[in-house]
Amino acid sequence: MKIDFTVNGNPQTVDVPENMPLLWVIRDVLDMKGTKFGCGQAACGSCTIHIDGDAVRSCSFAAQYAQNKHITTIEGLSTAEKLHPVQQAWIEEIVPQCGYCQPGFMMSVANLLDKIPNPTDEEIDDYITNICRCGTYYRMRKAIHRAVQLK
Amino acid sequence: MKKKTVNRRGFILKTGVGLGVLLGVGVIACGPLRRTSAQKVDEGPPGYKNEYEAFIWFELQQDGSIILHSPKVEMGQGIFTALAQIAADELEMDFKNIKVVHATTAHGPIDSLSTGGSLTVSSLYQPLRELAATMREMIKMNAATIMGVSANTLTVKNGEVIGTNAKLSFAEIATKSTNWNLKIKESVLKSPKDFTVIGKPLPRIDLVPKVKGETLYGIDSTFPDMLFGSVVRPPVFGAIFKSAEVGNASNMPGVVKVVIEKDFAGVVAKSRVQAEDAKKALKINWGMPKKLVKQADVDALVKVGVGKDVKIQKEGNTDILKGEGTITREYFSPLGVHGHIEPNGAAAHFQGDKVVIKMSTQVASITRDEVSKALKLDKENVDIQSQFLGGGFGRRLQTPHAIEAALMSKAVGKPVHVFFERTEEFQNGVLRPPTHNILKAKLDANGTIEAIEHHTASADVAFNSSILANVFKPLSASLAEGIVGADFGAWRGGMIHYKNIKNYSTTAYHKELPFQTSWWRGLGLLANTFAIESFMDELAHQSKQDPLAFRLKHLADDERGQSIKNVLKAACEKAGWGKSLPEGRGIGLACSIDVNTPVAQVAEVEIKNGQIKVKKVTCAIDPGIIINPDGVKAQSEGAIIMGLSATLFEEVTIKDGKVIPNAFGYYPIAYMRDAPEIEVILLSSGDKPRGVGEPPIGPIGAAIANAVFNLTGKRLNKIPLQMDIS
Ligand code: FES
Ligand code: FES
Repeated sequence: MKIDFTVNGNPQTVDVPENMPLLWVIRDVLDMKGTKFGCGQAACGSCTIHIDGDAVRSCSFAAQYAQNKHITTIEGLSTAEKLHPVQQAWIEEIVPQCGYCQPGFMMSVANLLDKIPNPTDEEIDDYITNICRCGTYYRMRKAIHRAVQLK
Repeated sequence: MKKKTVNRRGFILKTGVGLGVLLGVGVIACGPLRRTSAQKVDEGPPGYKNEYEAFIWFELQQDGSIILHSPKVEMGQGIFTALAQIAADELEMDFKNIKVVHATTAHGPIDSLSTGGSLTVSSLYQPLRELAATMREMIKMNAATIMGVSANTLTVKNGEVIGTNAKLSFAEIATKSTNWNLKIKESVLKSPKDFTVIGKPLPRIDLVPKVKGETLYGIDSTFPDMLFGSVVRPPVFGAIFKSAEVGNASNMPGVVKVVIEKDFAGVVAKSRVQAEDAKKALKINWGMPKKLVKQADVDALVKVGVGKDVKIQKEGNTDILKGEGTITREYFSPLGVHGHIEPNGAAAHFQGDKVVIKMSTQVASITRDEVSKALKLDKENVDIQSQFLGGGFGRRLQTPHAIEAALMSKAVGKPVHVFFERTEEFQNGVLRPPTHNILKAKLDANGTIEAIEHHTASADVAFNSSILANVFKPLSASLAEGIVGADFGAWRGGMIHYKNIKNYSTTAYHKELPFQTSWWRGLGLLANTFAIESFMDELAHQSKQDPLAFRLKHLADDERGQSIKNVLKAACEKAGWGKSLPEGRGIGLACSIDVNTPVAQVAEVEIKNGQIKVKKVTCAIDPGIIINPDGVKAQSEGAIIMGLSATLFEEVTIKDGKVIPNAFGYYPIAYMRDAPEIEVILLSSGDKPRGVGEPPIGPIGAAIANAVFNLTGKRLNKIPLQMDIS
C-alpha cells in the first residue's frame, strides 16, 4: 500500500504492507534509527513519536493510519540551531545511561509539556509510563522540571 | 611502516589512512588473573585472561585526537567516559579529544571474558594508565626526533609536546611521524594527587548523541541490502528442535527463503513483519520433554538442604545453634527477567569464508568463538563488532542468535538481521534464578551474636556460563575446583561480613533447574543481602538495640570492617537516622560489601492503599578511587531503582513449561511513579578504584523491608514484598 505522510517536516511516500507497524516503516524503510523497538506491544514507550501533535507508541500503530499525518521523531525534535528544551534539560541533568529508552521518554515528555506546560509530580507520574530499565527516573524528573524552566 | 608487525611484547603497529599509531600490550592480562585466583572469591571472577594475545588500544589521529578501542562494552555504566578520563590523565591531553569506540574482535584489543561483574574500571585502571603513559612517551620520543632534541628536555601538556624553544601539537607529531619506537614501556605513573581528569564529574561522552537519538545500538545495525530473519523458538522449556516442514511459508509475501538448519528453522524475508508472519506458517516438529516444568518443581529444587552444598565460609564453631534459644528465619526471592529494553539481535554478513556480525554482546570474544565453531570458520575470519548496548544486566552473555544470523546470511547470500520478540526474550532468554535463604543465630545476654549461620540456595548463575570455562581454562583443575566449588555468582553477597562475631558460617546449596538461569545485575547480592540484613535488623529489634549500633558493634576494626562502618555512619548521618519521622513513614537500614565496595542505604517508606511506596533512599558508597563522581552516583541511582523494582514488583513463575507473564506491562517493572528521591554520598578510601555497577543493588531490598517493619511492625520475608491487605 502506498502511504503519504510527513516526517519531521519532510514529505515521504512509502509502499509497505498496510499492517506494518509505523515503527518499522520509520526504522527499516526510512532508516531512521532514533525511534526504538522495545516490546512491540505498546507497553514500554521506547517507540514513542508524535503524530499530529499526540504522543503515540509507533510499534502499535499500523502504517495505513499514517496517511496524510504529520509525524515527528526524536531526530526532528530539535531544530538545527536549537536543542529542544527537553533535550537541553536531559543534557544538563545527565540523564541517559544506556540511553536506549531515552528517545521515547523525551518524546513523551515533550508532548506532556505541550499539553501541560508546568506539570506537577502527580501529572508526570500519570503521563509518563515508559520503562527505563537503567533506572534514570530520578534524574528524569529533575530534568522535566528543568525543561519547564528552559522553555 | 606499511605492514602489521608484532614484537615479542605484543605491541602492534598499524598504519592506514588517518591512522597514526596503534599501541597495544599483551602482558597486562596475567596480573589481574593471578591476583584474583589468589584472593577471596567474593571479589568476583577475574577481568582478564589470555596473556599471549596482543591488545591494541590507542590510535593517534592526524588531527591530534586519540581513538581508544575499548575491549569492554558500553551498556550504560559509563565506562567509555571513565576509560577516557583514565587515559587522558596520563596522555596529558584534553579529555574531549579522546574518542572511545568498541574494539572489534578482528582488530582487538580482545577481552576474553565479559563486560560485567563491576570489573571494567577496576581491572583496566592500572593497565590503561600504563598504556596511556607509554603512548605519551612514544609521542614524546617522536617529537624529540622531529625537533632534533633529546626527549628528556621535553614535557607533555594539553596535547602538546613542549621543549625549551619550541612545541609540537599531537596533530603535528602524528602528521610528521614516520616511525614509532615500540620498545618504550612506561610504568612511572602520575601520583593520584596530580590527577586533573580522574575524579572530575565530567558529563559522559556518550551524552549528547544519546540525547539526540543518534547512538546506534546492536538492534540498529544494518548492512546494505540487508534482509530480515526470524527464528522459530521453542514454545516451552525442554522442547528440542527436530525438524521442520516448509508448509506454506515460502509462498508468503516477502519471503526470500525458509532456512532449516540442524538446530533451528526460520524465515528470511524482505521485512521484519513479513518474516514474523511467515514463520508462523512453518510446521516444527519439536521433541517434547516427558514432563512440562511447573513452578512447584522450581520451588522444590531451590531449597536449602537440596542439591550440592559447599561451605564457603567458616569461623569458629556454630554447633550451639543446634540448641535452645536459636532464632531461625527464612527468606525467598523469585525467578525474574533482565528486562533490558533493547531486545537481543544480530546483523550478520557472511561472505566467502568470513562473517562480520554487528550486535550487542557482553562477550564479544566468546560470541566469536561460538560462531567460528558453528560455521567452521577461522576465528580471525569472524569479526564481532560490538555496538552500544540497550542495557546488559547479564542478559547478553548468551548469544546464540549470532550463530542464527550468520547461518541465515550464509543461506541467502546476503546480510541478515535476526532479533528477539519481547515474548521470546521472556520465554527463550535466560532467567534470574530464585533463592531460598535460612539464617540462624543466637544472642548472648548482652545482645551480642554468639553464632550465626547462613544457608543460601539458588540455581545456576556462573555455572551456566560460557565465561566460566574461559576463566578457569588456564588454572589447574584443583585450583578451579577450590574456587568454583560453589556457584560464586549465586552466593554473591552471601558471606557474613560481621567479623566481630566469633562463630559464623555460610553454606551454599546449588541445584540446576530444567531451564537456563544466569547472571543478573549483582545476582545473589540483592537476595542474599535481603536475607542477612533483614535478619540482622530483626536480631537488633529482638534484643532492643538500635539497628545501626547493632551492626557497628558486630563489624570488625580491620580495613574491610571499617569501610563498612564508614558507609553506615555516612548514610545514617545524612538520612538523619534516629530523627522523628512524619506520621505514616518508616525508616530502614541495610549494608553490604561486594567487589570490595561497601554500600549502606537508608530507605524511607510509606504505605498507600496497601502498596509500599519508597519515598527516599540515602546511599553511601565507597568505591575507592573515583574516576567520575557523577558516574558513580548515576550507577548507584540506577542500581537502587532496579533493586527497588525487583524488591517490590518483579516475579515470573513457570506454568507447563512456559514463563508467566511474558510481556512488559504484565511483568511489572518500576515506573517513574515508583522512583524515590535518591541521595548518594561518595566516600573514597584506598588507592585503587573498585566496582560500582552492582554493589549498590545489595542493600536496597533489606533497607525497604526494614523500613516496612519500622512502620508496620511486620516482617516481610519474601521478595517481591507485599503487604497482606486482608
Ligand atoms: S516498542 Fe512500542 S511500546 Fe514498547
Ligand atoms: S537509560 Fe537504559 S533503559 Fe533507560
